[in-house]
Amino acid sequence: MGLLDKWKNIKETEVEPGIDHTMYLTLKEERRISRENSRIIKQFEREKNRKNVPEEEYLTQMRDPNNVVEFDNLHTYFFTDVGTVKSVNGVTFDIPQGKVVGVVGESGCGKSVTSLSLMQLVQAPQGQIVAGSIRYQSRDGKCYEITKMPKDRMLKVRGKEIAMIFQEPMTSLNPVFKIGEQMDEVVLLHEEGATPKAARERSLEMLNLVGIADPQKVYNNYPHELSGGMRQRVMIAMALSCTPRLIIADEPTTALDVTIQAQILELLRDVKNKINGSIMLITHDLGVIAEMADYVVVMYAGRIIEKGTVREIFHNPKHPYTIGLMRSKPSGKTKDNRLYSIKGQVPNPINMPNHCYFYNRCDRAIGICAEEYPEMIQFTDTHSAACHLCRNGGFMDTNSTKEQR
Amino acid sequence: MIEKEKAAQQTTNSSNQEVKDGYEQHFKVISPGRMVAKRFFRSKLSIAGLYMIVFVFLFSFVGPLIVDATWGYEELEVFKVERIADMVSTADFKGPDGKTYTYYDKSQTLVYFKAPPSAEHWLGTDTSGFDILTRLMYGGRISLTISFIVIFLETIIGVILGGLAGYFGKWVDQLIMRIVDIFACLPGLPVLLVLSATISSIESIPAEHRIYYMMAFLTLMGWTGVARIVRGQILMLREQEYMLAAETTGISPMHKIFRHLVPNTMPQLIVSATLGLGGVILYESTLSYLGLGVPFPRAAWGSMIALADPSKGQEILANYPNMWVPAGVLIVVTVLGFSFIGDGLRDAFDPRMKR
Amino acid sequence: MENAYVNNNYNDDILIVRNLKKYYPLSKISIGKKRSYVKAVDDVSFSIKRGTTMGLVGESGCGKTTVGRTILRLHDVTDGQVIFDGMDLAKIPPRKLRKLRPQMQMIFQDPYSSLSPRLPIGEIIGEAVKEHNIVPKSEYRSYILKVMHDCGLQPHYYYRYPHEFSGGQRQRISIARAVALKPKFIICDEPLSALDVSIQAQIINLMKDLQEQYGYTYLFISHDLSVVEYLSDTIGVMYLGSMVEMGEKKQIFDNPMHPYTKALLSAVPVSDPDVKMNRIILKGDIPSPVNPPSGCKFRTRCPYATKVCAEVAPKLKEYESGHKVACHLYSQD
Repeated sequence: MGLLDKWKNIKETEVEPGIDHTMYLTLKEERRISRENSRIIKQFEREKNRKNVPEEEYLTQMRDPNNVVEFDNLHTYFFTDVGTVKSVNGVTFDIPQGKVVGVVGESGCGKSVTSLSLMQLVQAPQGQIVAGSIRYQSRDGKCYEITKMPKDRMLKVRGKEIAMIFQEPMTSLNPVFKIGEQMDEVVLLHEEGATPKAARERSLEMLNLVGIADPQKVYNNYPHELSGGMRQRVMIAMALSCTPRLIIADEPTTALDVTIQAQILELLRDVKNKINGSIMLITHDLGVIAEMADYVVVMYAGRIIEKGTVREIFHNPKHPYTIGLMRSKPSGKTKDNRLYSIKGQVPNPINMPNHCYFYNRCDRAIGICAEEYPEMIQFTDTHSAACHLCRNGGFMDTNSTKEQR
Repeated sequence: MIEKEKAAQQTTNSSNQEVKDGYEQHFKVISPGRMVAKRFFRSKLSIAGLYMIVFVFLFSFVGPLIVDATWGYEELEVFKVERIADMVSTADFKGPDGKTYTYYDKSQTLVYFKAPPSAEHWLGTDTSGFDILTRLMYGGRISLTISFIVIFLETIIGVILGGLAGYFGKWVDQLIMRIVDIFACLPGLPVLLVLSATISSIESIPAEHRIYYMMAFLTLMGWTGVARIVRGQILMLREQEYMLAAETTGISPMHKIFRHLVPNTMPQLIVSATLGLGGVILYESTLSYLGLGVPFPRAAWGSMIALADPSKGQEILANYPNMWVPAGVLIVVTVLGFSFIGDGLRDAFDPRMKR
Repeated sequence: MENAYVNNNYNDDILIVRNLKKYYPLSKISIGKKRSYVKAVDDVSFSIKRGTTMGLVGESGCGKTTVGRTILRLHDVTDGQVIFDGMDLAKIPPRKLRKLRPQMQMIFQDPYSSLSPRLPIGEIIGEAVKEHNIVPKSEYRSYILKVMHDCGLQPHYYYRYPHEFSGGQRQRISIARAVALKPKFIICDEPLSALDVSIQAQIINLMKDLQEQYGYTYLFISHDLSVVEYLSDTIGVMYLGSMVEMGEKKQIFDNPMHPYTKALLSAVPVSDPDVKMNRIILKGDIPSPVNPPSGCKFRTRCPYATKVCAEVAPKLKEYESGHKVACHLYSQD
C-alpha cells in the first residue's frame, strides 16, 4: 500500500501541481498520536477502575430541583488513531421533569454521544468523558454525579431509571430469545424481589400499554416474527417496564416508514404522560422535533449552537445554521426554483479550529467569526444561541425568519 | 496540541482560498494500507509470528551462506568424526540346563558418525555423518520453497475456478462446487500416501523429481479451500450496490470480475494463503517423515525427524535428541509463525472480527 | 429480427411501462402445493415524458426499488413491457442491452456501498466511458474532468479513493458516474436517504441543475414525500406492489383521493410546532407481500374498507385528466 500511495502522489502532481498532499498522516505524526492516546487513556481508565468509591464522591446538588438531568459543560472525547475527536465539546443543557427535550443535529455532531455519556455507555477505552458533569436526580431523592459514578452503581440506574430506545429495532433485540423472555429479564434484573410470575404480568401489561393488540401472542414470539414497527413498540414496552424517570430515544423512528413513524410518535407522547417521565429525543428530523419536543437543543460539531423552547427555535431561530437547516428542507411550498442549501460539508471534529465551527459554511460570516469561538448569547430565559451576529440582541432581520417556513 | 491546531487552521484557510465551494476537508486520515499495518502491529502475537518467520527465513536462506563462509560445509558433505564410543553387544544362547542365557559384551569401538555437538558441529552429525545444522538449513529451504509454490498455484487455481463459479452461478457454479466437494471429501493424507508410494514405485520417475509430483498433489488437494473462499466472497460482493452500478454502466463481464470483484477478495486471499502455508509445511514434513517426500540424500525436516523413528529402535530417540529435536522445533516455529501472522492479518483487514 | 423488440408506437414518452410484473419464487421445493411467489411488483403501468421527473413513493417493501431495477433489467422481468425509446427492454437480447446501458443510468441509495472501494475516482467515473467510447480517446481526460466539475468535484480527486470522501461527496461521484455516460434517463433510487439534511439540499440542487442543463428524465424513487413533492412533475404512489394512485404533483398533493395517499400525506411531520395536523393514523403494519390480503391490498389498514374491498381488487381508473386511483370509494365503472 505504501508504494501505491507514493505512486498515487506522483500521479497527482502530474494532474494538478501545487495541491497539498496532506491527506494522509505521516508515520511520525501517527506514532505521536498513538503514544499520546495510550497515555491519556491509561490515566482515565485507572481513575474509573478504582474499587469501593465512597458515595459522597458522586453525590451532588442539582442546580434546579425541577430538572431530571443537567448536563454541565460536558466534554466527551474519542482518542482515535487519527487524532482526538471532540465529539461532545462543552455541552450544557437541562432536561426538566415531565418534558420532552429534542436534540437535533447532523451525523457526527455529538448528539448520540451526549446520550451515551449520560448512560455511561461511551465506547471505552477510546471514548472518555474528559471534563464537565452530568447531574442526575434519582427517584430516591439523591442527586448523583454520573461522570464519577462507579460502574456497579450505575447498573442500578441504567435501564431502571434511565431507559433507552435505539434506532434499529432490528438489532437491539436478541434474535434467539422470545420477546417475553427478554422483557421479563429486564424486570427481574431491576425490581428487587420480583418473581417470574410478577415479571410476566408486568411484561404483558407493558405490551398492552404500548398498544399491542394481542400481548399474549407477541409475548411468545421471536423478534424476527415481528415487523419493524412492532419491534419498536416492544422496545418501548421494554424501556417502560421499570417506569423510568427518563427515556432516551435515539432516532426512534428513523428506520421506520412514515405511517409507522406517526404511530410510534403518538405512542411516545401518550406513554410519556402515562408514566410522567421525561424524554430526551435525539433526531435529525426537524419535523419530528417540532411535533414532539418542548425544548430544543441544536448541536453542531460537538457544541450547542442554539437552544430554546420549540416555539422560539421554530418561529424565531437565531443561528444561521438553524435557519439554514430549516430552509434546506424541501417542500412543495418552496417558491424559488433552487432549494436553499448550506454549502460545504458536515465537519469532522478532529483538529477543530478555534474560531466558529460554522464559519466555513456560513454565508453571513463576518471578520470576527474567523477569530474566536462565539459565546452563548441569551435572548430570553430559555433561548440562547452561539453566534457573533446575535451580539446586539438579535440583529436578524425579520425577512429571513419569515422566509424559512 | 497548539501546533496541531495551527496546522489545521492553515489547511482550512488555504483550502478556503483555493476551493470556493468549500468541499475540501480539513483533517488528515490514515491510508487504509497503513491502517491495516497499524492494526497488525498492535497485536503482540502477530509481531511474534513475524519474528518467527523472519528467523526461519534467515536461517534457511542466509544461514547456509554463513555456514559456507565460516566452515565451508555443504549439505551432502560427510564428516567422519572419530570418537571412541561404548558398545554393548548381546547374544542369547541356550545353556546345557535348557534355560536361555543372555550374554553381554561391553567393549569400546571407534565410530565415525553420530557425533555429539561440538565447536565444529554445533548440533553434531547424524547417522550418515552429515552436519545436522547445515542440513536443517537446507531442509528449511526446501520446505519453504515448496510451501510457497504450492500456495501460489493453489491460489491461482482457486481464484479462477472460484471466481467463475461465483460470478456465473447456475450450472457453472454447480459443476465447479461439486468438483470442490469431491476433492474436499477425499481423505487428504491417505490419498497422498498412496499416490506417493505409487510414484516411488514407478521406475521411470527419478527420485529427485518425486518432489514435483508431490507439490502437484498438494496443490490439487488445497485449491478447493481457496475456491470456496473466493466463491463466497464473490457471491457476497455481487450483491453490493457497486456491482449493480457496474451492471447499469454496461461494462464487460471480464472487467467486472477482474477489476471489481477479484481485487476486493484480496484480503481474504492473503489471509487464507498465509494460514495455508503452515498446513503445507506440515504435509510436506509428514510425507518426508514417511520417506515419501524429498528423497534421502537431500535434507528435509520431516526425514530428519524420521531418524528417530521408534520402529527402527529406541536408540536415537533416547540418546540423540540433537538429531531430531531441532527439526521438530523448527517445524513448530514455522507453522505457529504462519498462523500467528495469518490471524493477525485477518484481524487487521477486518477489525470487526475482533471485539 | 430487429422488429422483435422495436416498437415504434411511442410519442414523447421516453419510458412506457405496461403491466410490469416481477415475482420471486419463494421456495424451489414444493410438495403438492402450488408454487408460491412474492409478488414484489404486481401489474404496474405508467409512462414518463421526456425531460420530466416522475416520483415514485411508497413505504418499505412496496416494490418501488424493484420497479426501478426491473426497468433497467437488473432483474429479469416476469411479465409485461418496458418500452424505452421505442425498444422493449423486457425482450431485448443481453448483448444489445449492454450497448443500450449508457442511455439509462441509476443513482443508488447507499453512497458507501455503491462505489467500488479499490478503484480511484477517475476510474470509477470513466471506466464505462472508455468501454462505450462515449468520447474520443484524446478528449477522455478532459471530458471526465469536466463531468467532475459539473458535479462539484475537485479535479484532484481524480486519483483519490472512495474511502477518503464523505457521504455527500460520494453521492456526487455516483451522480458523476451516471452523468458521464450521457444518459437520457436516470433512475434515482432513494439517493438522499443516507445523507444529512444540509447535504440533501445540495444534492437536490445538483440534480435539478443537471436536469436543466442536459434535459435528463428522472424516475425519482423515495419514501420522503417532501423531496418528491419538490422534485417531481408527476407522482405515483405504490402500496404492496401495486400502484394505488398516480397523477400530476398538484393533483396528488392538493387532492389526494386514495385513503392511503391521504394517510401518507398526513403522516409527514411538519416543521412547525403550532400546526397540528388532522392526522390519519393508520392502524397496523404493512402486510407481508408473501401473503397479501385478498381484494384491495390496503383494506386491512383502510379506515373506509367495506365488504367489496375484500372481494374485488380495485382497478386503476382515471378520474381527472391524468389522475388515476385504484379504490372502491370511487365508482369503478
